[in-house]
Amino acid sequence: MAEEDKILEESYDVVVVGAGHAGCEAALACARLGLDTIMFTVSVDSIALMPCNPNIGGSSKGHLVRELDALGGEMGKNIDKTFIQSKMLNRSKGPAVHSLRAQADKQSYTGEMRRTLENTEHLTIRQAEVSEIETEGDRIVGIGTVSGARYRCRAAVLATGVYLRARCIFGNVSNPTGPNGLQAATHLTDSLKAHGIAMYRFKTGTPARVDGRSIDFSKMEEQFGDERIVPFSFTTDPDDIQREQVSCWLTYTNEETHRIIRENLDRSPLFSGFIEGTGPRYCPSIEDKVVRFADKERHQVFIEPEGEYTNEMYLGGMSSSLPEDVQHAMYRTVPGLENVKIVRNAYAIEYDCIDARQLYPTLEFRNIKGLFSGGQFNGSSGYEEAAVQGFMAGVNAARSVRGQEGIVLDRSQAYIGVLIDDLVTKESHEPYRMMTSRAEYRLLLRQDNADLRLTQIGHEIGLIDEERYRKLLKKKELIREEIRRLEGTTVGGTEKIQRFLEKSGSTLLKNGVTLAELVKRPELSYEALGEIDEGRPFLPPAVREQVEIDLKYEGYLKRQESQVRQFKKLEGKRLPEDFDYEAIKGLRKEAMQKLNQLRPVNIGQASRISGVSPADISVLLVYLEQRKNH
Amino acid sequence: METDTIAAIATAMTDSGIGIVRISGKEALWVLSRIFQPKKRGLEVTKLPSHTVTYGHVYDGETMIDEVLVLYMKGPHSYTAEDTVEIDCHGGVLVMKRVLETVVRNGARPAQAGEFTKRAFLNGRIDLSQAEAVAELIHSKNEYARKSSLRQLKGSVSEKIERLRGRILYETAFLEAALDDPEHMSLDGYRERLRGTMAEVKGEIKALIDSAAGGRMLSEGIKTVILGKPNAGKSSVLNLLLGEERAIVTDVAGTTRDTLEEHLVLGGISLNLMDTAGIRDTEDIVEKIGVERAMDHAKDADLILYVVDSAAGLTGEDERIMEAIQEKQAVILFNKSDLEQALTVEEAKELFAGRPVISFSAREGTGLSELTDEVSRLFFSGMVRFNDEIYITSARQKHALEKAFESLGQVETSIENGMPEDFYSIDLMDAYETLGLITGETVSEDLALEIFDKFCMGK
Repeated sequence: MAEEDKILEESYDVVVVGAGHAGCEAALACARLGLDTIMFTVSVDSIALMPCNPNIGGSSKGHLVRELDALGGEMGKNIDKTFIQSKMLNRSKGPAVHSLRAQADKQSYTGEMRRTLENTEHLTIRQAEVSEIETEGDRIVGIGTVSGARYRCRAAVLATGVYLRARCIFGNVSNPTGPNGLQAATHLTDSLKAHGIAMYRFKTGTPARVDGRSIDFSKMEEQFGDERIVPFSFTTDPDDIQREQVSCWLTYTNEETHRIIRENLDRSPLFSGFIEGTGPRYCPSIEDKVVRFADKERHQVFIEPEGEYTNEMYLGGMSSSLPEDVQHAMYRTVPGLENVKIVRNAYAIEYDCIDARQLYPTLEFRNIKGLFSGGQFNGSSGYEEAAVQGFMAGVNAARSVRGQEGIVLDRSQAYIGVLIDDLVTKESHEPYRMMTSRAEYRLLLRQDNADLRLTQIGHEIGLIDEERYRKLLKKKELIREEIRRLEGTTVGGTEKIQRFLEKSGSTLLKNGVTLAELVKRPELSYEALGEIDEGRPFLPPAVREQVEIDLKYEGYLKRQESQVRQFKKLEGKRLPEDFDYEAIKGLRKEAMQKLNQLRPVNIGQASRISGVSPADISVLLVYLEQRKNH
Repeated sequence: METDTIAAIATAMTDSGIGIVRISGKEALWVLSRIFQPKKRGLEVTKLPSHTVTYGHVYDGETMIDEVLVLYMKGPHSYTAEDTVEIDCHGGVLVMKRVLETVVRNGARPAQAGEFTKRAFLNGRIDLSQAEAVAELIHSKNEYARKSSLRQLKGSVSEKIERLRGRILYETAFLEAALDDPEHMSLDGYRERLRGTMAEVKGEIKALIDSAAGGRMLSEGIKTVILGKPNAGKSSVLNLLLGEERAIVTDVAGTTRDTLEEHLVLGGISLNLMDTAGIRDTEDIVEKIGVERAMDHAKDADLILYVVDSAAGLTGEDERIMEAIQEKQAVILFNKSDLEQALTVEEAKELFAGRPVISFSAREGTGLSELTDEVSRLFFSGMVRFNDEIYITSARQKHALEKAFESLGQVETSIENGMPEDFYSIDLMDAYETLGLITGETVSEDLALEIFDKFCMGK
């Protein structure tokens, strides 16, 4: 063999490309399941980097983190170790939309995740740019790096985030880098295209970081963390994380800000057409907001610390790709930011991602066996969305290596199920962001019951140990028993009880009534009833919370469960892989083409494909039934 | 789709003796060629041109079974969009069955109920709501019901329901958007607005449900109660309406007294006569009980036939009855017109303020045609109440409307109980989806499969 033909060659069970939030979860899941795993990153220093907002969770994203934790993921544990402020959002609303959000110390977050990865058996971290995938037949067999090394594998997970052919833009300045000036990955796209994978180009953005010393906080509203901190991970003891918190600050844009933006719109690369990628409607730049909500006099600006190690502050709500002189001027119109000094400019970032409809719900490519993908590469946005996909892709990559059937969560089981189903089923022209409104069965998919919903699945996967699983079963039992006790305990109109009811502004009793019935009254609660509930056992807060919710919202929960039963009927109707839709003349042409192209796995998924009408679904149902009978 | 060839008798099995045996599928013509002998010599059955009628005889082997007309329609220009043969038989029910048996022995499979329509549906000839309307047609008992089913085929119900769904969806979308973007969408004062919308939408659904009373009239008959004082002549009116013979046939010696119903068709409109048992008995006490009970039934009657003894005049009891039926559609039968009148029809009309009064004699049979006309008139004016002529005919649709109504009621309850806004969408979406079942916009496995279960053979 000639000297120049000699290359580095290694062999692993699973290759993970990328070390962001998706890559980390994928690599950890595979390694923890005992597979020999290697994770590639363009920079080891950027593992689990938070290049945008300095927080984890928030509306519906908090749900994702808790679900991930229940399945055996790492994100929840990592943020519990590194948060500097924590808040349960939407407390004034129903329990379905309560959402946990924590401010992270970015450096600690990255550092702690790296520590975890480096201490995980079977896991190798490697700094290199992956430039190609290798297949044999329709199966992945390895990857190649820019330096020419080859790594053979039995499965691979692509989690390239925003790095593929990345370009950072503000005004007319364009840098061919990933976030924070990190090296972009410029070669992999071509290899993917050569393997028949269709690519999109998306765009997202981030606001400026500014020097905290240049901010006048006295002109802003201080935003405190919760008095009693709720952890993300079900394994974290709340008592262990009650610590000193930092504050965030709220201020507002004004007419002057908007004037400056409007006058400089022609210099925005977005409006001038310099940016080709499509941005997220649900995470708009400030110039987007000024255009779209023209009648709004002001928009919120949240000032959030980047960490305890730095003075840098994040200007939440003001992401932008306007030129730096405009940024400088517009930020300075905001009360408290009159003398602000920018440390890093706001910018937009463009990157290659895929049309995720090329994936099965297991996140495996339809046309390449053993190749999985997750995160922003799949067209989503957000750390949490990325993490849960990375995890599912990793789990399913591991299972494919072992010859096990893939795990798919459906829309009635988890936000994760909703997210992935949307990604692989619906056409999307912008980065996909999780939102509570996307979950049809929201009341059942609460953040407070993620463990009850998913720990068992995590246990079956093999990432939840026996002890944690037993604890979960115990918790379920306690909840069941307490509900049974309340339903079986009748109280009458004794003086004590009537006095209590009067005091609580509740109707007095004429006849006996169960404690469960009393919990249902809007003005009463399980906690309040403690006063008259003599036989009440001592129970952990997490159990009491479930008892309260289960009883108080029983009617709603039941109705939602019946919706789920309807949903499951269609989900349960599998469509054969080789189904010939052309043969069913009753289908409309568009539906026939879409179904042939996208090959949904069941009737439910078929019904969510745009261009497939309810009438088409009825045709499919009757056809399937007919086929069954012959 | 690979389909075999199916056959069934496509017309109702009556004694009229005329009926059609229908064959559908790729081999329809081939099957025909094995059993059919055209009258015209030299005509090859397998080469029959599409959409032509051919005269000849059906043979089972050597035996001639029937003299028939054969209509051949090449797919896709047929009901099922497959090659179809219809054999027009003339020899009576037994012969028709024999023709079918012969067809089956020669390569066709007996069709399952609804299979022809199912094929039409799968081949894209008709959609689900049309299939359902066809099913309704099969089940409807009279002319008006058929008209209604046809109108449904055209979709006026769908339009109305879709409008209501649109309003519900708008509210849901607004709520959800506000949940996801509280900064830019405020829910201040929203509860009141939603409460107003719910009341309106519920009102419209209620009107549709009420129209289902009309729908019920169509497919089951108008729920009718005969009321009147003892000895006003209710039983003779009843007997006249039913005809002497039927009354005897259905009279089962008091055993079914509580629930006895009679069905009759008056001028093409079906009437269900409620609680006829009490009326037929002439014993005073029993008749009295009959009145009480009839008053009870009158509460949910669609139509009341109020029999007044014109020879005896009106008493306090009449007033009581009039008061009880104030809200009802009623026809006053001014009975015993053959006797001397205690008050005139004109006086009665004044007393009964605007209600139709018909001079009637059960004994002599006068007034019956006027009653028939009046019932038709009421029937149609009843429809006019729903001026866009929308009415719900199937029990399934009515049930869906009632469920949607209930769901919207839940939304109101949630508002009253001060539940957070994020709770509203559960019931809003329930209402939305349930209404979608009527128009086919909501996919339901049960429904799609059920519709074809309602069919009989040959359709």
